[in-house]
Amino acid sequence: MIRLPPFTYLAPGTVDAAARLMAEHGRDAMLVAGGTDLYPNMKRRQFEPKVLVGLRGIRELRGVRGSASGWTIGAATTLSAVTAHPGIARDFPALATAAGLVSSPQLQNMGTIGGNVCVDTRCNYYNQSYEWRKAIGFCMKKDGDICLVAPGSSRCWAVSSSDTAPVLWALGARVRLIGAGGERTVPMPALYRDDGIEYLAKRPDEVVADILLPPAEGWRSAYLKLRRRGSFDFPVLGVAVAARMDGDIVRDARIVLGAVASLPRPAERAAAALVGQRVTRELIARVADLAAGPAKPLDNTDFTHPYRKKMTRVFVARALAAVAGLQNGSAASEEVA
Amino acid sequence: MTKSDFAVIGQPLPKVDAWAKVVGETKYADDLFLPRMVYGKLLRSSHAHARIRSIDTARARAVPGVYAVITGADLPRVKFGILPVSQDEEALCTEKVRMVGDAVAAVAAVDEETAEQACRLIEVDYEPLPALMSVFDALAHPEVRIHEYGDGPNVHKSVALQFGDVDAALTGADLVREDIFFFEGSNHLPMEQHAAVAHWGSDGKLTLWSSTQTPHYVHRLLAKVLDTPAAHIRVIATPVGGGFGGKTEPFAHEIVACQLSKLTGRPVKIALTREEVFYTHRGRHPVLMWIKTGFTKQGDITGCHLRTWLDGGAYGSYGVASTFYTGVINPVTYKMPVYKFEAARIFTNKPPCGPKRGHGTPQPRFALECQLDKAAEQLGLDPAEMRRRIVAEPFSKTANHLTITTIGLSECIDKVVEASGWREKRARSGVQLEPPSPKKSGIGIACSAYLTGAGTAIYWNDMPHSGVVTRADRSGGVAVLCGATDIGQGSDSVLAYLTAEVLGIEPKDVHVHPADTSLTPVDLGSYSSRVTLMCGMAAIQAAERLRTVIFEAVAQRLEVSPTSLVARERKVGVPDDWDRAVPFAKAVELGEAIHGVLAFPGSYAPPKRAGKYKGGGVGPSPCYSYSACVVELTVDEETGQIDLGNVWIAHDVGRALNPLLVEGQVEGSVYMGIGEALMEEQVFRKNLHKQPSMLEYKSPTTLETPEIHTILVETDDPEGPFGAKEAGQGPLLPVIPAIANAIYHALAIRIDEVPITPDKILKALELKRLGRPARVGPVKLPLFTFKEPIVVESAFGQPADAIVKRPFTR
Repeated sequence: MIRLPPFTYLAPGTVDAAARLMAEHGRDAMLVAGGTDLYPNMKRRQFEPKVLVGLRGIRELRGVRGSASGWTIGAATTLSAVTAHPGIARDFPALATAAGLVSSPQLQNMGTIGGNVCVDTRCNYYNQSYEWRKAIGFCMKKDGDICLVAPGSSRCWAVSSSDTAPVLWALGARVRLIGAGGERTVPMPALYRDDGIEYLAKRPDEVVADILLPPAEGWRSAYLKLRRRGSFDFPVLGVAVAARMDGDIVRDARIVLGAVASLPRPAERAAAALVGQRVTRELIARVADLAAGPAKPLDNTDFTHPYRKKMTRVFVARALAAVAGLQNGSAASEEVA
Repeated sequence: MTKSDFAVIGQPLPKVDAWAKVVGETKYADDLFLPRMVYGKLLRSSHAHARIRSIDTARARAVPGVYAVITGADLPRVKFGILPVSQDEEALCTEKVRMVGDAVAAVAAVDEETAEQACRLIEVDYEPLPALMSVFDALAHPEVRIHEYGDGPNVHKSVALQFGDVDAALTGADLVREDIFFFEGSNHLPMEQHAAVAHWGSDGKLTLWSSTQTPHYVHRLLAKVLDTPAAHIRVIATPVGGGFGGKTEPFAHEIVACQLSKLTGRPVKIALTREEVFYTHRGRHPVLMWIKTGFTKQGDITGCHLRTWLDGGAYGSYGVASTFYTGVINPVTYKMPVYKFEAARIFTNKPPCGPKRGHGTPQPRFALECQLDKAAEQLGLDPAEMRRRIVAEPFSKTANHLTITTIGLSECIDKVVEASGWREKRARSGVQLEPPSPKKSGIGIACSAYLTGAGTAIYWNDMPHSGVVTRADRSGGVAVLCGATDIGQGSDSVLAYLTAEVLGIEPKDVHVHPADTSLTPVDLGSYSSRVTLMCGMAAIQAAERLRTVIFEAVAQRLEVSPTSLVARERKVGVPDDWDRAVPFAKAVELGEAIHGVLAFPGSYAPPKRAGKYKGGGVGPSPCYSYSACVVELTVDEETGQIDLGNVWIAHDVGRALNPLLVEGQVEGSVYMGIGEALMEEQVFRKNLHKQPSMLEYKSPTTLETPEIHTILVETDDPEGPFGAKEAGQGPLLPVIPAIANAIYHALAIRIDEVPITPDKILKALELKRLGRPARVGPVKLPLFTFKEPIVVESAFGQPADAIVKRPFTR
């Protein structure tokens, strides 16, 4: 058996206290909520924090609240609770779908939406045991100084592997962060950096407190996920599409790709090509081609990377068809697994 | 006998250990905790191929909580291996490492963390050598030698056998097909990772508890590698949480646990991590195959010539047997009048391959069944009807001198054809689903055969392959002592059912004590689908001997003839005078009063049917099971994703001793076959296993498993216990080619290698669009000269020898 390294677990009762503890312990400390990703990573020594600041005991971090200005989801709300929430399912079907496709039901019961938004980037040279990483020669994300998937690279290409992040980005969500020095609310894109190691743009002491969703008014959304097994794999491609429709004319649209870069990757030209247009099969084909452009998968996840690139086009087309109500033969829900 | 003659046999009873497994009572090896126990860890090589210059353990020894640190220098200098001809392993490598994962040193410490920490402080100075990571690499670099022995540089074993004039048979054929196939390697992926606890007691005797399928072979090998009398070693096989062939030989961690216990004077536990299980391996050989078969216009096979190249990995393991198995079983299904096969197993710097469910036979089965499908299409024949026509004859011999007894393959084919709606669905090739969809549906068929127990032991001897001691006590309970290991297949249950059936008691009255070398008679182990048949026959013999004595005693008391007695409903009596029947416990007392202690042995050895040629010992079996499988699926032409809809599988099991258990074995086999067909691949990158974890090594879960429709066919084989044949391995074989054939039916593309991934589907579709041959598969064969074949006359069509008197029946 591989075992957890020793650590001290602190259980603050408020977000402010959690942020203060993080500031106090600096680089020795990490936040943990559900622990579904962090603990296995700690066993393989991807992380060796001396202190874990647990968020499970903080009441204010849990729950989904609706108001005239939109929805607020506490970051420690479990993925199961997000999926099962009738308001979320009605207004943001893509989010309910994405949360319900994270790993397995057991992990959705433990894992939180904040944890999924902040989930560590993945790479099959990195998500390995200490001994394996030592045998191949450590990579820059942990213990080494080169990138094994792109040896000439000065940066890390580990892959953003969140299902909910591309969806929240596409839905125009914002994130409320509470740090030791105060709080701020930023749009989703401002939470991420294009780097496999420093993939979050928040300060280490900042706790993701809430996810704020604007009112759904006229927006429709869909999320499709590529993975080997529908039962529990991480995404190796995620496609989130949100569109505000006026009859069959698109008034506004966002397409965000997951698991093809170190952060969720917006396909802005593709989305722009939709605006003001009536959705037809021809338009979908053109937009899907444009959307596949920004997808630059590398050979560091399951499936071959040319296949993942090819599938970007197919999945974008299918997600658009689902949002536009032009079912491509089979229901979108069948395609996601 | 007919079904109604049985009380227990044929009943869908739960396994005797079902409740214990479900509620968590079962004690696996890793559940054992002994007083003063310490924990061992192995330091494993980070090089695929290297000479060991030196090992410095000083820093590890200095760690508080460390009890012992050992290297190969602390073990007797003797190499071992499961087969007498391949003694090429060391528990801790002394001169060379041959793969990433080879063990080089070990630590015993107060806990696993400390042991792991100490392992990291051991300094090994390696001199790297070139790593040979494929069959092509290994043959291209004879100057780099992984081992010094074998049939040539990096050639572990090369075999060539010819039965009859194959060239003439192919010349006379209406159609001759030559095809190349590749079957990727895979791991057994048992849920339970290997674990062992060793205790070298203060009395100088050693006890090893281990999750092993072969306690007897481990016992023999421990005596050799530890240089300790076998009489002072006791091996207890703990309940095995999945074996599938991966726990069928002695391993480094078992030997090291014993030595660490000797040095520390404490019990030592070593439990492998999942990553270490991938290094221990002994899984499916990657096999490249060339197959040339001649057919008549009607679809009869005129002759077949098969060549296989096995990627063996770093050690011999069962490899010599595996090499033969890639050739010898194919002729058991269909009429194949002449046959030639050539095979070579090549060493590479990867974890050693060995026996995995189906041992060496799923690969050539994939090749033959895909080729039959291609031939059927060329000949304008229905692939099910063509197979039905060429099914081998019962009680006959094959070209390569194997004896077929019963064969229910025709019935199996009929049943799956009927149940699946084959004819109607087959007529609708590549149908696009409604409403317009990128998905197309297809249906495919394949068949197979597998042995019910290897006809020879791995070491030459004249003793039983399986032994049972059955003891009745005055409570009316019956203890069955047998060396068999229950690896989930249900051998404990089968022993209880058979004993209960013979003695007329309930399975719950039977206490099975398995797999303890100091208590139980030898059974060779849970491999080659041998346990139900061989232990079963021994258990029946022991129970019958017990019953004979009890009947004699009851006959005296009732003043009737023993031949008028029956045992049923926990009583012994005359059927027509059942009121006077004696309760079983009372009958035991009567018997014990006359005979003394009621303990009786039962023994079994398979019929000696080895062909009279070198290599004739691999392949013979008391009888063969048969399976036919139809798979219905859809493929998405845009994504290449395959959705299995239904699997129909009919299996000739001889007799279902417990249909529930047989169905479980069949479903498990189908599930495992699906994994190999669509996902599993033990592959390497930069000399390392690419994904040694349960998350990233892709294998289906129950949620990816389609509806499986199992149909049992009973042929009442004269060789089996109450007519039973195997069920644990054979049903895996046809699933893989049936999937490949169904994909062809859906899309008219051929994927001639497994796993069949979405990527390969799209590649083949692209080739089809370009008007090129719509096939993805291997194209290159190694430059390799097989040795001159041993030429033997074909025995095809000869009648089976009459069943002679069984040994040990005196």
